[in-house]
Amino acid sequence: MGNFGYLMDGFATVLTAHHLMIMMIGVMLGILVGVLPGLGAPNGVSLLLPLTFTMEPISAIILLSCMYWGALFGGSTTSILFNIPGEPSSVATTFDGYPMAKNGQATRALTLAFMSAGIGALAGVVMITLLSGWVARFALQFSSPEFFAVYFLAFGSFIGMSDNAPAKTLVTMMLGFAFATVGMDTISGSLRLTFGIPDLIKGISFLVAVMGLFGIGELLLTTEEGLRFDGIKARVRPIDVLKTLKEMPRYGWAILRSTLIGIWMGITPAGPTAASFMSYGLARRFAKDKSKFGKGDPRGIVSPETADHSAGTSALLPMLALGVPGSATAAVMMGGLMIWGLTPGPMLFIDRPDFVWGLIASMYLGNVVAVLLVLATVPLYASILRVPFSIVGPVIVAIIFSGAYQVANSTFDMWLVLGFGILGYLFKTLDYPIAPLVLAMVLGDKAEDAFRQSMLMSNGSLTIFWSNPLVSGIMALGVLMLIWPLIAKAAGLRGLRRHTAGHQAKV
Amino acid sequence: MLKQITLALLAITTVPAFAFEPTRPVEFVVTSGPGGGTDNFARTVQSIIAKHKLIDAPVVVTNKGGGSGAEGFVYAAGYKGDPYKLTFGTNNEYLLPSVAAVPYAPEDLTPVATLALDEFLIWVNGQSKFGDVKSFVEAAKAKPKAIQFGGSQSKDTDQILVSTIAEVTGAEFRYIPFKGGGEAGVQLAGGHIDANVNNPNENRGQWQAGMVKPLCVFRPDRFPQSAPVHDGKGWHDIPTCAEAGLAIDSYRMPRTVWLPAGVEEDVVVFYRDVLKKVSETPEWADYVAKTSQTSQFMTGDEFTAYQAKDRETVLKVLKREGWLVK
Repeated sequence: MGNFGYLMDGFATVLTAHHLMIMMIGVMLGILVGVLPGLGAPNGVSLLLPLTFTMEPISAIILLSCMYWGALFGGSTTSILFNIPGEPSSVATTFDGYPMAKNGQATRALTLAFMSAGIGALAGVVMITLLSGWVARFALQFSSPEFFAVYFLAFGSFIGMSDNAPAKTLVTMMLGFAFATVGMDTISGSLRLTFGIPDLIKGISFLVAVMGLFGIGELLLTTEEGLRFDGIKARVRPIDVLKTLKEMPRYGWAILRSTLIGIWMGITPAGPTAASFMSYGLARRFAKDKSKFGKGDPRGIVSPETADHSAGTSALLPMLALGVPGSATAAVMMGGLMIWGLTPGPMLFIDRPDFVWGLIASMYLGNVVAVLLVLATVPLYASILRVPFSIVGPVIVAIIFSGAYQVANSTFDMWLVLGFGILGYLFKTLDYPIAPLVLAMVLGDKAEDAFRQSMLMSNGSLTIFWSNPLVSGIMALGVLMLIWPLIAKAAGLRGLRRHTAGHQAKV
Repeated sequence: MLKQITLALLAITTVPAFAFEPTRPVEFVVTSGPGGGTDNFARTVQSIIAKHKLIDAPVVVTNKGGGSGAEGFVYAAGYKGDPYKLTFGTNNEYLLPSVAAVPYAPEDLTPVATLALDEFLIWVNGQSKFGDVKSFVEAAKAKPKAIQFGGSQSKDTDQILVSTIAEVTGAEFRYIPFKGGGEAGVQLAGGHIDANVNNPNENRGQWQAGMVKPLCVFRPDRFPQSAPVHDGKGWHDIPTCAEAGLAIDSYRMPRTVWLPAGVEEDVVVFYRDVLKKVSETPEWADYVAKTSQTSQFMTGDEFTAYQAKDRETVLKVLKREGWLVK
């Protein structure tokens, strides 16, 4: 009950005209940086940070966190409209969001994404409100073996689902691991695969790879298909937003499952990217009719979006309670906390409850404000697709290249984007799946670090992954997910499989 | 009359007619990711410069923390003679080229100033049976490689310190590298590793809550008096490692600022003066106190001498461990 009282105090702090205005500004700025790929939430928040030095800490954190929510929504927008994920965690949204938009249902896709994102985020905040004390202690039980197990589970739930030839999946995944190893190795402190090129020291940015693979690759394909954009004829009616809202309850199960996955991955804290991939993988695994996945299945949008946002929100709890940033954006905000004179850590909840609960109250309101703002602008965004490709195409190219430059202010990255674009085009024409490559790139180096740290801890014995109930449980789940297709076969569920046999997923 | 002329001549010689003054935005290159220690350092300096209007031109901060900071140094080294790139780092500027094949040399950057020294401590879990550093070292000696030390990065300041402790005491430790001090702090609070050598700021929150506790600090003298942090104990109550029986007098990390090589002398003078003014503001004193660092402004020969000595000490460790890059 104490928490509830604090929360009410928090609402009292936040519900002022001044703070509501800050929220609106934050969300709008966030959408702006989210829509521009490469700028993204961490950069946007760092740009805004100097402005907050003179503000009250609570106003400052409201501004920054609302910008974060806005950026997350903005990131989904470009995933759906242009196949360019603004954030690593919105990659999984492109798998079905982009095809749906291409089929002329951009309004529906955007509305589904925003609504489920809003639901996910609110579920995350409710969890924070109810479980703040317990979660902080739980997150402490995670060490390197547990982290490896969680990544293993994410790989496991995603790999088995691919319909492509297993050899092709393996090839692209290995390529992804190779790209992830470029740069400085945490464990040995040496440079790997840099070939003496100074620009490779920082590693290959995941965002650069994704902008090339998805964005440029898609443009090359569209050009080859004869310079037309299928969405042009689609009518954009505001009423479609309401129609789609009515459709939402149908995905109740998907939303519930994804929320749970998201919260779990957020507090463990494996992060939103792993959560969205896993949630997409599971949605597909447990769907009775898989034929529409990869072609614009609504569940393929709802699941990753819900998980992404519930994980993103839940991840703020470990940051506040333990002082460990769960994401790059959280790290910038933590730097801000210190400059404002607050020490993130277990004592923050006790020393400055006004600040913590004000922030939590602002998460409730900020997300509601964000959902309303983005829903109101859906028709506007969806209309972009009606603009002829001869105009949109070059604009996208310009945005991608300037975005790639902004990731690290490096001109070398613009060449990389081009390289990845050609790779993406080849993959698509030769029917190689891109998703495993992306997954390996995002989680590969983290999984590698966790694995090698575990090996150092155990003196090279693999039994460390079965050394306590927590890690064994997660590993067992991961193995189960990995071999699920075999189990399904053995159990005589072939009828179901045959249903999908003729279909090749093009994710 | 003659006196006046002499004065006028003196004035001309001491105040050069073309003293450097930035006319376009100055870039602060941060050699760590957002939220890291170097990032906080640079952004604090930026906020003080903005508040007191110490530089008329705008200041832009860019993070180039890839490759343990090598990304930022390589980038700055590429702007030879450019007075608009101010790079923020630690002693990694002159240590990195010794342990990894990075494409820059320490001489590719001109030292401007050191503003502070960050401290190192030995921390153990709050429930740990070790109450002082002696029993900790004894336990490590009794069971070689049983004690796990976590730290930030590999072959970097943390691991070099752990190696020095091992060398001085004859004990053997296992070192587990993490991405940053924050991660090593949480692993210690969770009891997954036995100790770490985090900077005060990286473990302060956990110490407040009693999840970790300090054994000793690698300072020549104790911390100055300050408010209690946990259980009635404050920073001043932590013994120095030397007085607690671990014979390492001092191990610290400088917070440094650099310019590309080949800049004019008046450029160095300009930034040195700005940074000197920064280090005299109450906001700077506040930052240093809050992060339990020691404010120490060093420049010119003093900085060069410090750097030479630091490098010599560290190179010995690198040579012994065989970490020197060929």
